[in-house]
Amino acid sequence: MLNLGNTVQTDSDVTALAELRRRLRLGERIIEGLVFLAGILAIVILLGIIAILLKEGLPIFAHTAPWDFLFGTKWYPISDPPVFGIAPFFVSTLMITLIATAIAVPVGVACAAYLSEVAPPGVSSAVKPIVEILAGIPSVMMGFIGLALLSPLVQSAFNLNSGLCGLTAAIMLSLMSLPIIVSVSEDALHAVPREFKEASYALGATKWETIWHVCIPSALSGIAAAIMLGVGRAIGETMTVLMVAGGALAVPVSPVDPMTTMTAAIASGIGNAARGSLQYQALFAIGLILFVLTLAVNVIAERVLERQKRKFAR
Amino acid sequence: MFLAFIITVGLYGCKEKSEMSTLTTTITTNSTVTKTSVTTVSQLVGSFKIIGSNTVTPLSSVWAENFMKANPKVSIAVSGPGSGAGIAALIDGTTDICQSSRLITAKEIDQAQAKGVNPYEIQVASDALSVIVHPSNPVSELTIEQLSAIYTNKITNWKELGGKDAAIVVMARDTNSGTHAFFKEHVVQMYGLPTADKTLEYGNKVLFLPSTEEGVSQVANNSNAIFYAGLGYVNEKVKTIAIKKTSSDPAVEPSIATALNGTYPVSRPLVYYTNGVPTGVIKAFIDYCISPAGQEEVVKAGFVPLSK
Repeated sequence: MLNLGNTVQTDSDVTALAELRRRLRLGERIIEGLVFLAGILAIVILLGIIAILLKEGLPIFAHTAPWDFLFGTKWYPISDPPVFGIAPFFVSTLMITLIATAIAVPVGVACAAYLSEVAPPGVSSAVKPIVEILAGIPSVMMGFIGLALLSPLVQSAFNLNSGLCGLTAAIMLSLMSLPIIVSVSEDALHAVPREFKEASYALGATKWETIWHVCIPSALSGIAAAIMLGVGRAIGETMTVLMVAGGALAVPVSPVDPMTTMTAAIASGIGNAARGSLQYQALFAIGLILFVLTLAVNVIAERVLERQKRKFAR
Repeated sequence: MFLAFIITVGLYGCKEKSEMSTLTTTITTNSTVTKTSVTTVSQLVGSFKIIGSNTVTPLSSVWAENFMKANPKVSIAVSGPGSGAGIAALIDGTTDICQSSRLITAKEIDQAQAKGVNPYEIQVASDALSVIVHPSNPVSELTIEQLSAIYTNKITNWKELGGKDAAIVVMARDTNSGTHAFFKEHVVQMYGLPTADKTLEYGNKVLFLPSTEEGVSQVANNSNAIFYAGLGYVNEKVKTIAIKKTSSDPAVEPSIATALNGTYPVSRPLVYYTNGVPTGVIKAFIDYCISPAGQEEVVKAGFVPLSK
């Protein structure tokens, strides 16, 4: 920087240098401040959302006891007196999420293993972006596809009265969480040190044996995180399930029953609810429960990813 | 969420939209009529919102388009998340006009007054709420009591109603809809009939759908489905059911004529609510809606005009 190394310095040189340093430091401070603000903003917004959910949602428990709210099977929000029991929504959300995960995980991990270990570099560099584009399709489009293409198929395949059911929604959701699972588990498989694979091949293992016994186990925590992120997506998805899951209020007993998830219940009721009414509070309380669920899934995913990083850190 | 919803409705409504544009072109040719009736107020300036019923939205949109054409300095935004949502918006002061397919409840009036809003009701049209099934369905008339039994899941097979041996796929609108609330009161709970029972609720096997267009297209593709929709949404791909008030009354098909002469049992008012008596540009707009030119659009949109 400038003539720092020079032994001969005039007074003016020294002051100019000090001035420059001060200015640089000031600029840096401003940028540091802005970055800090951006970081804080995200936290403030998150805390704000939690505060609003608590403020609007908790009062419902004065009307309906938490136990009745969670395990009640009747939901008549606009009747007089209203009845709020979210067990049907809770069961539907669990059922649809589980089925979506059960479909998306094997396919997603297999796809990731293929892209990372088997596919020639040209293929994997072409396929991965395409899979990631799938993540960018708006959920309303997926709902439309489910309505127009998938639901008639499901209806005739299972000989149902209507193709609008939990299974249709779960298949659409599995398609939506697939890109996340493929992308994150592919990264995890890619991060498996070369030496592991080379050692495996040196022992005479085939490609399949190497993938199954070496690559997937070493990347397991990354794959687990990918699954968690996919599950988070499936739990929170609204538009698609609202359109194709059928919207019945019964507690579903089979995946081919029409059902309403927690997200769909919020979406189909919030427009009608006057601010501060019991229905409004009940819907916010569902939101609160949903928030806790997705938060738990995300925290688990975060922990698992952290473990994956530490495992291969040198 | 609302935006997404509107997009959905837009998607389903592709066909309807193309119909609407042909509708608009016919209006342009008739625009001399429209213009003369609104030239007296052509200096109007302003913008306002109409929020509420999914059922009334196509009608309000046509009115708004015509009114904006006649008054270029006026802008009107129409959206249709549901009657309940519209009334909630009126109470919260986020809309100027609420379009509704059901009357405001006493509870909602209390909520409005607590916030200093005085809902003022103007009936702009009527609707014959039609019960629709697949064209291949042999059942062509039902009593209100039978409909109530279908919607409370007491009758679950078409066989019990003289149809084929197949489970009934019962579809309804979700709680955002004024049609949901109106149908519950007047059909499910049989309001005004000797068999009326205010404790009846929709059965838990009923499919609640987020839009009327989705329900109509489901019925068009499902030979065992039943759904209800405003007369304006009924098309040639579905069959309307003639309704008997009680088993001894004659069966009446939903139509403009039967709704106007009061013989169709499930007709209902379509209303606008404003905060207090409307003034200025909003008054001019509503005056246009209930004028003969405005009521002509009611018939074109498939609804029932106000009787003179």
